[in-house]
Amino acid sequence: MNWINNYVRPKINSLFSRREMPENLWTKCDACGTMLFHRELSDNLNVCTSCGHHMGIRPRDRFLTLFDGGIFTEVPVPTPLTDPLGFRDQKKYPDRMRAAQKGTGEKEAMLVAEGEIGRTPVVCAAQDFSFMGGSMGMYVGNAIIAAAQRAVERRRPLILFSAAGGARMQEGILSLMQMPRSTVAIQMLKEAGLPYIVVLTHPTTGGVTASYAMLGDVQIAEPGALICFAGPRVIEQTIREKLPEGFQRAEYLLEHGMLDRVTPRTKLREELLTIVRMLMGLPPAVIADLPPPASFSQGPAEPEAEDTENAAPPRRPAPPDAEPPEAGAKG
Amino acid sequence: MNYLEFEKPLAEIEGKAEELRAMARANPEMDIEQEATALDRKAATMLQELYKSLTPWRKCQVARHPDRPHCKDYIEALFTEYTPLAGDRNFAEDNAVMGGLARLDDQPVVVIGHEKGFDTKTRLERNFGMARPEGYRKAVRLMDMADRFGLPVITLVDTPGAYPGKGAEERGQAEAIARATEKCLQIGVPLLSVIIGEGGSGGAVAFATANRVAMLEHSVYSVISPEGCASILWKDAEKMREAAEALRLTAQDLLKLGVIDRIIAEPMGGAQRGRDQTIEAVGRNLRVMLKETTGKDRAALITERRRKFLDMGSRGLAA
Ligand SMILES: [Zn+2]
Repeated sequence: MNWINNYVRPKINSLFSRREMPENLWTKCDACGTMLFHRELSDNLNVCTSCGHHMGIRPRDRFLTLFDGGIFTEVPVPTPLTDPLGFRDQKKYPDRMRAAQKGTGEKEAMLVAEGEIGRTPVVCAAQDFSFMGGSMGMYVGNAIIAAAQRAVERRRPLILFSAAGGARMQEGILSLMQMPRSTVAIQMLKEAGLPYIVVLTHPTTGGVTASYAMLGDVQIAEPGALICFAGPRVIEQTIREKLPEGFQRAEYLLEHGMLDRVTPRTKLREELLTIVRMLMGLPPAVIADLPPPASFSQGPAEPEAEDTENAAPPRRPAPPDAEPPEAGAKG
Repeated sequence: MNYLEFEKPLAEIEGKAEELRAMARANPEMDIEQEATALDRKAATMLQELYKSLTPWRKCQVARHPDRPHCKDYIEALFTEYTPLAGDRNFAEDNAVMGGLARLDDQPVVVIGHEKGFDTKTRLERNFGMARPEGYRKAVRLMDMADRFGLPVITLVDTPGAYPGKGAEERGQAEAIARATEKCLQIGVPLLSVIIGEGGSGGAVAFATANRVAMLEHSVYSVISPEGCASILWKDAEKMREAAEALRLTAQDLLKLGVIDRIIAEPMGGAQRGRDQTIEAVGRNLRVMLKETTGKDRAALITERRRKFLDMGSRGLAA
């Protein structure tokens, strides 16, 4: 398979490329109404510092805080056909695409990157809800395939952050075909014996939930995320009754056995690291601020090099201000 | 005979001919034959005109026609020794999904399909062909069994989509569909699929991720219903004609896109006007597809199936 034949030289994204936030702007929390200072909000990963409400976060911003030193290398994704159906609703699909690209500064609705989390090499893919609702079309399918292939080539786990209103209708049947396509990608990963961790974020719906977002070895969701196949409005119209409070939210799915864990965004990095290292048979991680890996300029370090480096120091115990167990739904 | 909205002029002519013949039966001295035959001819021409170039929206209507042969009809006519096997072993039996062992000619197979029901009572029993999680989980169980015993799997797809209900969501509809698609991609036996009516989104993919996918001439296969698409993209459910057009959900377009492998011709006026003929045609095509895939080893079947889906999207339709 040569999905990635257009390999490009890795770009190193440094901390300094982080978008400058306007200093004088405030955001109102949708959940509690508190006015939050932009910088304060972004420093808290777009989680309300007052009520813990999780707002959307762009893949690039997530990766900057997820990877060691904010350093990651984008994994190239093969570009699919543009507008394969010649789709037009009230607008032409290529016009919608251009508007989304302009509005987000991104090429498409998924970003794939490799790097290290706590000196543990991983491949990450994150869906961008702000790009046409994160919708799954050919590009997102290609991105998942590219992510899985890179993970298999380098023997790394794949962590996928899902966020989507569902399939990209403008690609018609080809968007539907991303369900089997992405499933093939996940199978390649599983057959290679590599962990596939899904983090479901708000909202994850439709064909995305009904394919790669539900096939993780470990299924984690961010608090309050809407996770469903059919959306609540469609269901209410069908059954003609009001749905209970919290229906199809992360906590509800946890209760109904559909998730392993619900974990706040601010605790995710540590948790992913812990899980991935156990599944990869690596010793416990050192939880501390590590400098960027020195080996990066020669390409990311190999897991073997890792082992010796991290063998000695035991994992630091959880700080006293850690979340109470129920928030992370432990045990 | 149930007429579709666009068939109304046809209904009038056929109705008139029928009326004439009824009158003649009551008054044997009346000679109406010439007139009735002329009407018949007119009706036949009109039928041909109507079906020569069905718009995508009309195809949706034909695909949903209540008189079209359903899964149950195909199973009864094409297979012998059909032995239904029920239940997902976790929660319930799902009557929207038929499944079991059967023989196609002498070859034992596992057959699975959506059944919509044919009258009010059976439609309710079958939930209009909208599977719940248990239906997909039953299918996974049957595909596993087929894989263990080396039996080909034949799926007949005819569903508006998964059931948007409270319980279905609570019991993990999305996960059930994902697992069924995954299972389709894992089994080392031939998996053949025919879209016989409506191929509605994830509910269809869960059964149709197959080595060979055929579609009846006037069936449709889509990521979303034209009504659903219209209400989201046009903010007006009445724009379903436009949406059906844009979605490219006809068998003809899907063949060009490489999403399906063959089209099974329907009799003039659609499957509902020639049920036996349609069922026979599906049978013939299933035998051909079975022959094409029989004798390949497990790995080849799995690899070929995966490759087929990975390669999808290299061809477009845009002019
Ligand atoms: Zn708040």
